[in-house]
Amino acid sequence: MTATCTICEAKVDLPNDCCEGELLVCGDCGTELEVIALDPITIEEAPQVQEDWGE
Amino acid sequence: MPTLRILFTRLRAEEKLLREAAEKQNIPCELQNVSNIWYGSRPFCDKGDVVLARCISHNQNEAVAQILESQGIKVVNSSSVMALCGNKLSTSIALASAGIDQPEFRTAFTPEAAIEALEDLGYPAVCKPVSGSWGRLLAKINDRESAEAVFEHKSMLGPMHNTFYIQEYIEKGDYDVRAFIVDGEPICAITRKSNHWITNTARGGIASNLHLDDEVKSLLRSVHQTIGGEFLAVDLFKRDDRWLVNEVNDGGEFRNSIEPTGTDIPAAVVKAVWEKRPA
Repeated sequence: MTATCTICEAKVDLPNDCCEGELLVCGDCGTELEVIALDPITIEEAPQVQEDWGE
Repeated sequence: MPTLRILFTRLRAEEKLLREAAEKQNIPCELQNVSNIWYGSRPFCDKGDVVLARCISHNQNEAVAQILESQGIKVVNSSSVMALCGNKLSTSIALASAGIDQPEFRTAFTPEAAIEALEDLGYPAVCKPVSGSWGRLLAKINDRESAEAVFEHKSMLGPMHNTFYIQEYIEKGDYDVRAFIVDGEPICAITRKSNHWITNTARGGIASNLHLDDEVKSLLRSVHQTIGGEFLAVDLFKRDDRWLVNEVNDGGEFRNSIEPTGTDIPAAVVKAVWEKRPA
């Protein structure tokens, strides 16, 4: 499975067990991407880290 | 059928490892992204389910736990544990009440009072957001001029940053410890080494196994008795052969701790959580 980077339009490979919410990094431009939906495959630029994120 | 529901808003390696561990133990398990659902009086899971809340936002995780608990759903960790761990001042007060050793701390509500509090502790000291993670926005303050700058900047960052939490700086050498407690029992620990004073593995600290001796186990059991919870990740410093509890995390990340410790942390967590499902 592949998707198209929303920033640079490069092809991005998705793992076989890919899930909604999974994060990917575009190999070309380095943008962090989030899988929004699997059917059809939809990706968006991942949101920036928020103040209360973490452990 | 009763199901282990792992809630998330951003899927990290930890949540996938937890699901894999559940599958290996034949535990019915669903990863559930709760970002885009709304919450009313109808629960989105059954009363026989048990929920492992792993949302990356502390505030959202605590909120979803509160909602589900009000609907009679068992949530791990509970929202009250999240509230204690998610606020460093609350954690420090709880530890102090239990007589557990920790770095000395002070709290103030204005920049001017924060400087006085810091000078009472002595330089250097560390200013931390009361709610935050991954070593974000920590400031080691070495002198009064730095203190004035840091506290003035913090005073502009919004209400949360106007509770100034200041901690004694601990000369801990080049490492600290991250220990894991599952169902009240310490299961493993790592040392995190770094040349930087912030040693989080999320910031590049190198992890190695730490053997849990009786002294550390006893301390960790005391922390669990004080905080509660089925899964805790506790950060420790050692100063002059004495252990101090630095922080207690309720949504611990563990991907970097499995290999060095040889402990299947996700397996232990899902087993403990599954055993908490309603009879």
